[in-house]
Parts: sequence; structure tokens; C-alpha cells
Amino acid sequence: MKFIQKIGLVIFILAFAGFSLLPFYGSYQLEKESVISETKDIHQEAMVDILQPMYGEVYESNIKFISDFNRYFDAYNNELKSAEEWDKVIWDDYTFSLTKAAATGPVSESPSLFLAVTILLGAFGALLYILPLYRNQPNGIKNDGIYHSSMKSRGLLGIITGSWLILFYIVLYWFPAYLTNLVLMVDPLSMALSGNPASQWFLYGFIYTLAILVMGIRMFRKYRGNNYQTIRTASVMFFQLAFAFMLPEILVLLNMPWHDFKNIWPLDYSFFYDYRLEGMLGSGALGMFMLVWGIILIVVGVPLFTYFYGKRWYCSWVCGCGGLAETLGDPYRQLSDKTVKAWKIERYLIHGVLVFAVVMTAVTLANYFMEFELLGYATNELHTVYGFLIGSAFAGVIGTGFYPLMGNRVWCRFGCPLAAYLGLVQRFKSRFRITTNGGQCISCGNCSTYCEMGIDVRWYAQRGQNIVRSSCVGCGVCSAVCPRGVLKLENADEEGRINDVPIIIGNKSISIKS
Amino acid sequence: MTGHSTISKPKHFVIIGNGISGVTCARHLRKADADCQITIISGESEHFFSRTALMYIYMGHMKYEHTKPYEDWFWEKNRIALKQAWVSQVDTDNKTLIFSDDSTFDYDVLIIASGSKPNKFGWKGENLQGVQGLYSIQDLELMEKNSQAIKRAVVVGGGLIGIEMAEMFSSRKIPVTFLVREKNFWDTILPEDEAKLINRHIKEHHIDLRLETELDEILDDGTGRVKAIKTKSGDLIDCQFVGLTVGVRPNVDFLKESKIQINRGVVVDSFFKTNVEDVYAIGDCAEFQEAPAADRKNIEQVWYTGRMHGETLAYNLTNSKKVPYQPGIWFNSAKFFDIEYQTYGFVPPIWGEEIESFYWEDSKGKIAIRILYQKSNQAIIGVNAFGWRLRHEYFDHAIEKGYHQEKVLGELGQASFNPEFYKSLHKEVLKQYNQENKRSIQIKKQSFLQKLIGSRA
Ligand SMILES: Cc1cc2nc3c(=O)[nH]c(=O)nc-3n(C[C@H](O)[C@H](O)[C@H](O)COP(=O)(O)OP(=O)(O)OC[C@H]3O[C@@H](n4cnc5c(N)ncnc54)[C@H](O)[C@@H]3O)c2cc1C
Ligand code: SF4
Ligand code: SF4
Repeated sequence: MKFIQKIGLVIFILAFAGFSLLPFYGSYQLEKESVISETKDIHQEAMVDILQPMYGEVYESNIKFISDFNRYFDAYNNELKSAEEWDKVIWDDYTFSLTKAAATGPVSESPSLFLAVTILLGAFGALLYILPLYRNQPNGIKNDGIYHSSMKSRGLLGIITGSWLILFYIVLYWFPAYLTNLVLMVDPLSMALSGNPASQWFLYGFIYTLAILVMGIRMFRKYRGNNYQTIRTASVMFFQLAFAFMLPEILVLLNMPWHDFKNIWPLDYSFFYDYRLEGMLGSGALGMFMLVWGIILIVVGVPLFTYFYGKRWYCSWVCGCGGLAETLGDPYRQLSDKTVKAWKIERYLIHGVLVFAVVMTAVTLANYFMEFELLGYATNELHTVYGFLIGSAFAGVIGTGFYPLMGNRVWCRFGCPLAAYLGLVQRFKSRFRITTNGGQCISCGNCSTYCEMGIDVRWYAQRGQNIVRSSCVGCGVCSAVCPRGVLKLENADEEGRINDVPIIIGNKSISIKS
Repeated sequence: MTGHSTISKPKHFVIIGNGISGVTCARHLRKADADCQITIISGESEHFFSRTALMYIYMGHMKYEHTKPYEDWFWEKNRIALKQAWVSQVDTDNKTLIFSDDSTFDYDVLIIASGSKPNKFGWKGENLQGVQGLYSIQDLELMEKNSQAIKRAVVVGGGLIGIEMAEMFSSRKIPVTFLVREKNFWDTILPEDEAKLINRHIKEHHIDLRLETELDEILDDGTGRVKAIKTKSGDLIDCQFVGLTVGVRPNVDFLKESKIQINRGVVVDSFFKTNVEDVYAIGDCAEFQEAPAADRKNIEQVWYTGRMHGETLAYNLTNSKKVPYQPGIWFNSAKFFDIEYQTYGFVPPIWGEEIESFYWEDSKGKIAIRILYQKSNQAIIGVNAFGWRLRHEYFDHAIEKGYHQEKVLGELGQASFNPEFYKSLHKEVLKQYNQENKRSIQIKKQSFLQKLIGSRA
């Protein structure tokens, strides 16, 4: 490792440690005024009253502050609940907003400084490490030592990293108040972009985008000379930065609903929820466009593009989840499970989620058009369950937290309902396939090992059979790592795409039908 | 009529060797015959693994488990019994195998697929610690042990396994000196231009490549370990590891005492039959009485031929109409560090008057293609490609049918198997060809729409 890379690594680790410890720094002091400004009118009176004992008190840590907050708040709610006065119970969660409002100390005073020495410095350190990678080395496959690396082969470092990610996601989704300091750091940026203070989601989007950009640059280094990888990576970087991060914030600045134009139902599972529909319908021509565009993507875009190019047009070129998997997750792609058993589980799970999403949306829409006479507000319960189980636990905690443990596409492979939909089209009506180059396969296993979707590519290649699998996201890495030039991702005529009885070229004695 | 019919006991096929040839044979036997009994015996490993992937285990690209082409349940599901043991003798009179622990095992039909083992040429010091070949898993484990904390490795022998070994060490940043007896790397197979291209690439990887250099002896450090080697020209090279990769030979020593005819390998006819009834041999260990084709050797030591032997023998053992082994157009591939190599048809290192050649190399000297064709009718007979993947199906057909070489040149775009978005090279190739031969062959242009949807035609 070059000296400059070592420095980069040290900087990154320090910044990362700073980022991890920062939430526990600073003090908290709640003022009555903040409670008034942060709570809804109907809760104001009660909240001001509930939190009375906290005013003026200086808390040295957010843990104490949040625990006191919860104590008073829960006491109030529990009393009402046991008295069955349901209409008076406060269902809104003010923990995050009030903790944020109560934060005092260095981070809230100079957020940009802290942003600079944690996230930005971390990115800088990472780039110092990444940019010199493979310099003065010929282009080629750079997989040396992956299975000797603790980080990349589920060793101690991998397990620690996975645990950190899992913890981070749990806190982000369910206990965001603990991340107050981190959110404060990105307040100025959020203000500049959308005119609103940051939420935990803005923080998340910011880190997410930065991760894709920095690790995207690593992809450029690693796969230098492979144009497919370079262009594809540039594409996910662009879509994340422009469509997922910048554009939605700018829409908010223009008083439009937050909207990601490249996200497609059912991955975007809330697209048909009443508040989203009303948001779009209430936003004039642009809002109408959002709605129509979204529907066109579902009905025309997905089948048409998938017919011509396979699901890769979305999964490894456009999608944000795919974008993170292909960049941040690339060092872990070899950890996916290739067994037939895993494939079985995959088919049950992913199609199960698709059915869940479709049924939930159908019920929601029916209910919406019948003006809530069908189920009243019971669909909200359904949304909560889906949001918790699929949207948060599966897509986030498991999907990303398990990168270093189960590979970088756990969500895309086992959970994503859009991937299931794209996959059905890809399997049954598409011009895309991975062509196997006659009899050249030596069964070495590089392709299967590095397939992030856990496809046993070799199974097909060694039989001279093309690979036509619904789960293939067309990342092209199997083709890249194959030492014998056996695999080629292609769009071509449907005829001969699925060659179930392949005749391996080269043996004239008999025509073997495997 | 005796009144009761005899239910014939299903045949027991016993295969020695779980490499590609033995395993392919077993799979196809099972496909064709649901009732027969199949046992595969091998001393090296319980399960079939890909020998060609051994280097990637050392380099950390894969673990041993990734090199197994079939999951472990596969064998039981297909009722192929596995036995891990070394066969030490074969008693063909009693149709019995004798193992190294003296236990025995009966067969009805014996298929010998025992592969190869590394050559040794009686060099002084060739049995020192730290001196070894690379063929089996055990060799790989030994190599792992022998290469701990070494300062330099010497690899002897400029062939495919030699260059793999050099790459293995290079992946761990262990300095390598690579001794090649010939004028250029692998020039017993490759024409000079191609061999030189690989010479350059080897050096680009900081390998100390010594051409026209032969090993004289290996020196002992006094404790039974290698400390240096001496070349025939008298140079001393300090090293703690010596890789001997000077070819392989059939692994048939355990058959020497048997009645099975052995020459260099197990002697077989074109149906893989040995001189003894119900005994067959396939793969690396088989030696044909007559070479299978004019451009083929009597012993075929590659993965693909092992597979084809297995397919063909299984067919013959389960069909009344037997077919002789008849390989099609020759093909092979390899990878030299980062440069992939594919060949189809007949491309010898030097050729006669009746053959003409067209050779193109890119400006950086890392991509190349050579097309050989008959002078008389311009029919293509073979192609070599470096850093350029070619479509097997296309060239198998083109060579078989003897396409006019200019037709092939015009169709190089569709005959290419490079990944999407790779620079198209065929235009440059054609430009050079047209200049050299004062011709003006054109490539068929694709319309924008064809390009957009990726049409191959
Ligand atoms: C490092 C390396 C790289 C290679 N790369 C390529 C390549 O890229 N392309 C290519 O075409 N070829 C390659 N080859 C050659 C290729 O691997 C062989 O041609 C092929 O494996 C031969 O298969 P086989 O089934 O005949 O025998 P093997 O694979 O050798 O299998 C024979 C098995 O029989 C067992 N056996 C032998 N004797 C006994 C006994 N007495 N009792 C019990 N078991 C016994 C052995 O232990 C062994 O497991 C490579 C070889 C090596 C070593
Ligand atoms: S099969 Fe190949 S292209 Fe498809 S997901 Fe797996 S590695 Fe990527
Ligand atoms: S990487 Fe290539 S040669 Fe190896 S198993 Fe896969 S297709 Fe076959």
C-alpha cells in the first residue's frame, strides 16, 4: 500500500469514528418555546404541560434527555390508554423534532465544521485511498486476496462492519432522535437546497449519495478498461445524484411534493397512497405529470425497456438501491449464497413481497376511490405493517446491513417487488440473455462466485447453455471475471435465446444433449 | 425354457478419477441409464472440483468450495457413489481393485480416468524441500506451506502451468524468476508475434523472465531446503521456492503391474477400449493408438477433450451402436496474466508455403488476432486471438465450412464476443488488411436502430 493510501485510510477511520461518536456529544436543553413551535396546534397545550419538568434543565447527553422525554410522554399517554380515552392519546412522535430543537453546543453552533471533519473528511480520506488504487498496474481483474481479507470474506472486520450498519439502520428508522447531532450537521445544506431544515432522511440521502459517488470512483479504478462497468457506474452515480438527491429537494423548494422521478411502484410502494395521490393531484401541471409519468413507467416503461434490454436497464443502471449495491456493495458481491436452496427461498420471498405490495395497493386504491367507505382507515394499518416489515426492516436493515454478511443484493434478490416484476418480464419476454460461448467453459467458478445475485452461472455455462434468469441484474461482472471469455451479455433476437437442449460445440462423435 | 427369467443385475461402472473426464462420463451414464450402478473413486478429494481453478484459490479469488461445479447433494441425488481412496493395483482377472490399505472393490466395467502428474527430469536437488510441481490440491496445499515468507520463487518451464504459477506468486507480491528454455514464451505452440506479445506482458508484471535459460541444478541450503538454483549458463539465482512446471505425463504408475497395456498412457482405441475386456480409459491418462485427427496428438491433455472423452464413452457404454471418438474443430483458451487467449482450428507456430497468414496487433501491443488460411482457395483454417474474445460458434462453423478469409474479416464485428461497449477493433483490422493487400473490403454497417436494440445479424 502506498504511503498516501495509508494516510487516506487513517483519515477515513478517524472521521468514521468521529461520525460514530458524534451523536453522544453536546448538551440538550428544552425550552417551552420550542415545544410550542414544534408541535401541532391540537397537541400544543398538552405537550407544553407534559414536558414541564424538563424546561431549563441542562442534559449532558442525548440518552438522558430522550429517556426523560419518553418517561414523561409515556406516562401521559399510558394514563389515557388505561382510561381508554383513545381520542386524547397523542399518536404523533415528537421525540426527534424536540430533541433536535433542544440540542445546544458545538454542533448546533457550527454544523458545517462538524460536517467537514466527519462526513466530508471521511470521503476525502476514502478518495485518498481509492484514487491511487491499481495505479501503474495493467488493466485486468483485481480480485487478488479477496478471500484472504477479513473485511471481504466475512471475517471479524466484515462482521463488525455489518453490525455497525445494522445498528445504524435500526437507529435511523426507529430511534432517529439519537442521531440529532448528525442531522444538525446537514441542516445548512438542506436549507440551501430545499429551504427546509434537515430530517434524518435528508442526512441519510446525503450519506447515501456520497457513498455511491465515492465508491463509484472506486469502481472506475477497479474495472478500468471495462467500458461496460465504467458507463454503467457513471449512470447509477448520475441518477442517484440528480434524480434521487437533488431534484426532489429542488421540488420541495418550489413548494412541490418531494418526488423521485426514477423510482417506480412497487419499489416506491407509497406511490398510490392517498397522501401521495393528493400531493400530486394538488400540485398543478407538474404534479399531474408526476402521476402520469409514474403510471407510464409501470405500465409501459418496465415491459418495454425490459423487453429490449433486460431488467438491467433499471437494476444496475438507474435504481438507487442497485446503485448502492453496485458501488458501496461491490467489495461484498462474492458473499451471496449460490445454493439451489437459496434460490428456492428467493422465489418464494420475492414473489410473496410482490403479491403483498400488489394486494395492498389494490385495496388502498379501491378504498381511495370509494372515498374510504370500503375499509375506512384500516389500510393505514396495512401500510404500517408493510412499511415496517418490507420498507424498513427488509430493504434497509437487512438489505444494506447485511452487505458484509450475505452479499450486496440481499434486498434486490429476496425482497424487491419491482425486481420481481422486472424479473418476470425478463424471464418470459425479453431479448436479453447471457450467451455462453460454445464449449469454452472450464468450470472454474469465477462467474458464480462473483455473481451478486447468487446465480450459479457456471451451471449453465459448463453445459453450453445461455443464462436466462429472472434475477440477473445484468451487472456484467460474471462476464468480466471469466478467464476464458465464455460469457457475453447481449440483446438479440428471441430465437435461440433459451437453449434448453444445448449441443456443446467441439465433439463430432455424438451430439450431446445435456 | 427354464421357466423362470433371470433378472440381470444392473451393471456396476467403476470410475477411477473424479476429474472432468470421469465425472462427465458418470453423469452421462446416469442420464442414459437410470438403473446402472456408478461409483467414482478418487484419492485426491471426495468431491469433483475444477483443477483449472487451483490458481484462484491461492490468489484469494475463490475458496476451495467455489471450485466445485456441483453441490454436494448432487451425487446422492443422481445415485453416483463416491469413494475417497487410492487404488494401488488393478486385478483384471478377478475384476477387482485393490486399495492402498489392501481392501478391495469389485467392478463390472472399469473406466480409468486417473489424469496426469507433473514431469520431473532427474535434476539434482529436485526432491529438496521447497521444490514442487502443481497439479493436485495436495500440491496447492504444499505450495501454500512452502511459500510462506519466501523472498523469491523460481518457476521452471514456459508453459501454461508455469505462467499460472508466476501469476500466483505475483498476486502475493512474491518476486518471481521465470526460466523458459525456448526463445520466447510457449513458442512451441504460439507463433513468434504472439509469443513476443506475451513476453512483454509477463515483463509488464515485473516478472524476471529469462528466455533461452535452462535449469542445471537446485542447491541445498544444508538443511534439505532449496537455497538457490544454477542455470546451464552458470548463473546462480537465490530462491526459497522452485516450481517445476515442465509438462505433465499420464498418471498410470499404479497400472504397471496389471495386464492393461501401458505405453506413456493407457493405450486405447478410438472407442476408448484398452486391451482388456471391460476396461476403458479416458482423459489425460489415455493414449490413443492413432491420433484422433491429423492435427491432434495421441495424448490429449486439456479440459475440453477430457469432457468429450467422457461424453463419448458414456454414449458407447449405453448404446448398442458404438461411435468412434471424433473431435470437431480444435479449440482452446488460456489466460496469461491479464491477456485472454482463444484459438480455433489449426494455428501451428510455423507453417508451410501452402498456408498464408494475416496478423494484426493494436498499437499498444496487447491485443492481437491472426488468421491462417489456405493459399490456394483462401479458406480459413485457424485463428488466434489475444485480448479479444471470439465467438466459438462462428469460428467452428467458418473453419468447418472453409469460409473465404475475407468473408471472415468482413464479419469480425459479429464474430467478436467482447463485452458491450468495448472498442470495436474490426475496423482497424480491416484497414490494415486493405492497406497490406490493396483491397477494399467493407464491413456491413448496422443501422442506428440495430445498434440501439443490439441486433446481431
Ligand atoms: C493448474 C492447472 C491448470 C490447468 N488449466 C487448464 C486450462 O485452463 N484449460 C485446460 O483445458 N486444461 C487445463 N489444465 C489441464 C486439465 O485440468 C486436465 O486436462 C484435466 O483436469 C484432466 O482431467 P482428467 O479427468 O483426465 O483427470 P484429473 O482431473 O487429473 O483427475 C484424475 C483424478 O484421479 C485421481 N487418481 C489418479 N490415480 C488414482 C488412483 N490410483 N487412485 C485413486 N484416484 C486416483 C487423481 O487424484 C485425480 O483426482 C490445467 C491443469 C492444471 C494442473
Ligand atoms: S448473472 Fe452475471 S450479469 Fe447477471 S447478476 Fe449475476 S454476475 Fe451480474
Ligand atoms: S468463469 Fe467462465 S470458465 Fe469459469 S466457470 Fe464461469 S463461465 Fe466457466
